[in-house]
Amino acid sequence: MYDVIIIGAGVTGCAAARWLSRYDAHVCVLEKEEDVCCGTSKANSAIVHAGFDAENGSLMAKLNVRGSEMMEALSKELDFSYNRCGSLVVCLSEEDRPKLQALYENGLQNGVKGLEIIDRKRLVELEPNVSDDAVAALWAPTGAICCPFEMTLAFAENAAQNGVEFCFDTEVQSLCRTGEGWVVRTNNGAFRSRAIVNAAGVYADVFHNAVCEKPIHITPRRGDYCLLDHSAEGFVRHTVFQLPGKFGKGVLVSPTVHGNVIVGPTAIDITDREGTNTTAAGLNEVVQKAGLSMKNLPMRQTITSFAGLRAHEDGHEFLIGESAQDFFDCAGIESPGLSSAPAIGELVAGMLRKKYGFAEKRDFVATRKGILDPKTLSTEAWNALIQREPAYGQIICRCESVTEGEILDAIRRPLGAKSLDGVKRRTRAGMGRCQAGFCSPRVMEILSRERNVPLSSITKNGAGSELIVGVTKDKYAEVRDEA
Amino acid sequence: MKHDLIILGGGPAGLAAAIAAYDAGLRDILIVERDRELGGILNQCIHNGFGLHTFKEELTGPEYAARFIAGVKERNIPYVLNTMALHVSPDKQVTLMNRTDGVQTVEANAIILAMGCRERARGALNIPGYRPAGIYSAGTAQRLVNIEGFMPGREVVILGSGDIGLIMARRLTLEGAKVKVVAELMPYSGGLKRNIVQCLDDYGIPLKLSHTVVDIRGRKRVEGVTIAAVDAHNKPIPGTEEDYDCDTLLLSCGLIPENELSREMGVSINPITNGPVVNESLETSIPGVFAAGNVLHVHDLVDFVSEEAGAAGRAAAAYVQAGSVDAERHPIPVRFEGGVRYTVPSTIDPAFIGESLVVRYRVGGVMKNRIVSAWMDGEQVTKKRRQIMAPGEMEEVKLTKAMFDAHPDCKEVLIRIEEA
Repeated sequence: MYDVIIIGAGVTGCAAARWLSRYDAHVCVLEKEEDVCCGTSKANSAIVHAGFDAENGSLMAKLNVRGSEMMEALSKELDFSYNRCGSLVVCLSEEDRPKLQALYENGLQNGVKGLEIIDRKRLVELEPNVSDDAVAALWAPTGAICCPFEMTLAFAENAAQNGVEFCFDTEVQSLCRTGEGWVVRTNNGAFRSRAIVNAAGVYADVFHNAVCEKPIHITPRRGDYCLLDHSAEGFVRHTVFQLPGKFGKGVLVSPTVHGNVIVGPTAIDITDREGTNTTAAGLNEVVQKAGLSMKNLPMRQTITSFAGLRAHEDGHEFLIGESAQDFFDCAGIESPGLSSAPAIGELVAGMLRKKYGFAEKRDFVATRKGILDPKTLSTEAWNALIQREPAYGQIICRCESVTEGEILDAIRRPLGAKSLDGVKRRTRAGMGRCQAGFCSPRVMEILSRERNVPLSSITKNGAGSELIVGVTKDKYAEVRDEA
Repeated sequence: MKHDLIILGGGPAGLAAAIAAYDAGLRDILIVERDRELGGILNQCIHNGFGLHTFKEELTGPEYAARFIAGVKERNIPYVLNTMALHVSPDKQVTLMNRTDGVQTVEANAIILAMGCRERARGALNIPGYRPAGIYSAGTAQRLVNIEGFMPGREVVILGSGDIGLIMARRLTLEGAKVKVVAELMPYSGGLKRNIVQCLDDYGIPLKLSHTVVDIRGRKRVEGVTIAAVDAHNKPIPGTEEDYDCDTLLLSCGLIPENELSREMGVSINPITNGPVVNESLETSIPGVFAAGNVLHVHDLVDFVSEEAGAAGRAAAAYVQAGSVDAERHPIPVRFEGGVRYTVPSTIDPAFIGESLVVRYRVGGVMKNRIVSAWMDGEQVTKKRRQIMAPGEMEEVKLTKAMFDAHPDCKEVLIRIEEA
């Protein structure tokens, strides 16, 4: 019997787990995919919003500002990439100026620090490639960017370090209320728990509606993105949003913490909760809209495109709280959900603690070390490391300069990588300009060796995504002769 | 530590350059190879057809490489394997890393860039759809099949008619896979004619020109792709979509020279080739830094890579032997018109060529019945008739020392294509 079962190991579920792990509670996270960070959390803008956007007085606004305030210190405690590069909302026509002013005032009311409306001259100084049509901008120096994979992994690993259990490939099929709590039936058997935290992303309404009187409705809202190569680094210095105006809701152009440029997203409402396919229309829209705020955007440097689904709740508000007895929703967590994640974790953990009286854990470890990137070391320190661990002297992913040492760490650490995508999200191997062309056979080999499984069972992202289907005739003869 | 010559890359270009530099008298040479063995991508090219020009016989890739590796070993030219060049500075400080020596900086009097190229990935092609397992670049699939012995799939669609894709169509067919179609965006093939015949036609594999992939289905593993015809602007034409059930999509949509190190050290890059701008000695914009092979411009035939790299090796040796100083130069620009996309080299100083110099170029489209001519100061110095020229086949014009001698005040070399 668990005290708390969390459904979903995205950034919200992992944040809830991490903040709950401060307390003496028996917590388990159930995830239908093979790893953490496999849904909305892996395919978004990677932005820590300053908090001027969400409607004043909403829970969304409160948690966004709180999350943004927590993020920098947290990134150091839990060792994930974060960069307060600042953000700009660019106004593209004089007639939209009142909207810019309104956004500024909303931001002030939300308590966002340092907001300023700047004129075109200052804007061009900050962002030389801004469109000739830009007339002014809202400057938010507290806007930031982060690595959503690292953040989610950091929350999850720190939670695991503090005793939270994780069950992957475990899909919740039904929730049943019993005398003393819940029976959660899954494809991996039944789990019992006193309380449930619903952090199921685009599926949160399914679980909510199964046990709550008042139904909610979540729409998967697809966002297509393009990611540009490091060679485009420096083209944009801040997160550049477009003021929603006569051209509709725009797209953002932003640097990423790893030196790429991200462009997107679209906002297309769909019904398929797994519909993460990009479309030609969506990608064209990204390219066309990005050109409104930035001129001569080097879209030819695109190295990949992808789509993610936001869990858009009809009221556009975070639904966090005890919606049914011992059932705590974290639903409707769309943008600024990533920015708010620490605050959501803190809030929901606080609610559970209050209700169930969990004691503070005396041996709680608040910090976690990420995977060491030897490129951040001095040459002397890197050499000392290679002497101890020669694998740190062997480059596997040449585009991102990822060493075998980092990949081994990614596989061996708690909640370690099991698939190519798992390694990619943890180390960036395969995330570069060749998109895993050179390194995937190598990473497959390392995974096979480390996990002691045949190469044929290595997957891209879990069962069903096996990368090879068999052996060649020569290899077959070899294997047969050996047998 | 300082070497006379550091060669970045131990593939066909690096090996040929090393041998030529050695034979020109250099001894202090270091070849740096990031892979586990010398030979580069040739090691996974187990088909034959290599060496027809160089050795007048048909060799497989590994056999062709073996001859050059033997040449390096006979001469005791030093090389390091599993070693990555992390940085190269404009003053030729090379930062190397491997498991045994760690990170170390070595200096060179001359450098030859021979890093080869990589394949264009899906993202650069903006193909919509899901992102499941089963999408491989043709070269990655080639490695899996030919080096590791694994089959990437059973039912295959190939996008792009680059040579590796064509070769893999045949290879996978021979291994029992069903290659359903090869789609090519352009109205002409990106590969060699002989590969179309020997790898597709001979096996009844259809090639659909002016077609592209407009959708990829399957969440975990590829389940199918949709192919559509494209118009003159390469935009898919609605209503022409055809669905193919398959578990694998191979991409063979072009190769990109790997010039990240070159860019970092400040070498000027030609936006057409994505390779360094070079003079007649294959010397880049940084004196003493030379380039050859696919890092310079993508080749179709390894024989020409070897030939080009040999020239770079000799030029590097001459540079070092002359005291590693930048000689006084009088470069003549090479201009082109009539459908030539680029030339290698971009400039020629007649004082630095031997008896002759081969100018290599590619055309921008399929052209039939043309005259290719070279001009010096408005005077035609050579011409030849070409029945057919295509972007997939590299062309060449041979200039001689005698031509330059006859035009001592030449201000410009012009390569012109015109209708016959």
